[in-house]
Amino acid sequence: MILNMGPQHPSTHGVLRLLLEIDGETVVKLIPDIGFLHTGIEKTCEAKFYQQVVPMTDRIDYLCPMTNNLCYVLAVEKLLGIEPPPRAQFIRVLLNELTRIQSHLVWLGTHALDIGAMTVFLYCFREREEILRLFEDVSGQRMMTSYFRVGGLSLEPPLDFLPRVKKFAKIFPERIDEYEGLLTGNPIWINRLKGVAHISVEDAIALGVSGPSLRGSGVDWDLFFFMQ
Amino acid sequence: MGSEPAVTDLEQLKDHPALALLFHWNAGAVTQANFDRNELSVYIDRANIKDACSVLKPQFNFFSDLTCVDWYPSEPRFEVIYHLLSHQLKERVRLKVKLQGDDAAVESITSLWPAANFFEREVFDLFGVRFLGHPNLRRIMMPEDWEGHPLRKDYPVEGYR
Repeated sequence: MILNMGPQHPSTHGVLRLLLEIDGETVVKLIPDIGFLHTGIEKTCEAKFYQQVVPMTDRIDYLCPMTNNLCYVLAVEKLLGIEPPPRAQFIRVLLNELTRIQSHLVWLGTHALDIGAMTVFLYCFREREEILRLFEDVSGQRMMTSYFRVGGLSLEPPLDFLPRVKKFAKIFPERIDEYEGLLTGNPIWINRLKGVAHISVEDAIALGVSGPSLRGSGVDWDLFFFMQ
Repeated sequence: MGSEPAVTDLEQLKDHPALALLFHWNAGAVTQANFDRNELSVYIDRANIKDACSVLKPQFNFFSDLTCVDWYPSEPRFEVIYHLLSHQLKERVRLKVKLQGDDAAVESITSLWPAANFFEREVFDLFGVRFLGHPNLRRIMMPEDWEGHPLRKDYPVEGYR
């Protein structure tokens, strides 16, 4: 039987249409139909100045606006041969690491939620909220920050920014232990994840899998350390 | 970061692992190369691109991106761009193929890296470049009945009204 799933479906975290060929309860073939979130950002950018593109890059992925800001401004800086002041570079890296943490918290929280562990979701969002508050104080926005500029940053961060980041960095390791306590060893978490959707090394490389997923397949690869 | 002038002399670049592999295979296939801002770009003839990819594949095992640039109104109009990454050498290489506007077609590399499937569909959808031998060359982003290819430079930014 062929079933249509989506584009709007309560179990997906975005708009995605799947054509499923099923045999009883088993999916034997799946055809993804994407493009529902295609907004043509590249086309819009054709008619903008370089500096005007920064807010567009926030919207590529609302969970890592700063990361996309950085990728974009680094590319423009590379083209123009500009080096931003060291202080701006430090703050950029700091904010990118915070972005990464809050984005991973959303992943962990919603992943656990989908599997049936509601508590972790609330705990993760508690920590994420502090990071978003930092973003708001820095840029005026919780999510669409548009904080980076070609050549530096748009504003100086507020005076209490660094002490608050330090405080967060101090308490966060304990919070990770808390998540661990809730998930690692939790029989529901283990039963629903162990041995599920294993991707072999060959498949992962052939399909262009990267980042943590590639490491999950057992490939020793980390852009962060290997491609400095 | 200061930008040093680009190196375009093939003789000076021939020791780069990607170019060494390509020269060893068929020196005639490489038409141009440049090393600019620490990035190597190699221009390959259209007829040789798939073979060039398979020559590089043992070393440059990871296909990371495929995209296109429209240089309208110049000819050759399109540049299809391949980004390959070597996990082993920790190096990247960028291959480029120039295509004429009235004959925008190039051989598909989906049989080498299945990851290229959606990228080629995207370039077909948004630039109108055809990939010969692609298993399923249909639009991917735009609706199936869409007319035109939006990322072409002669397509208006606000669409046709």
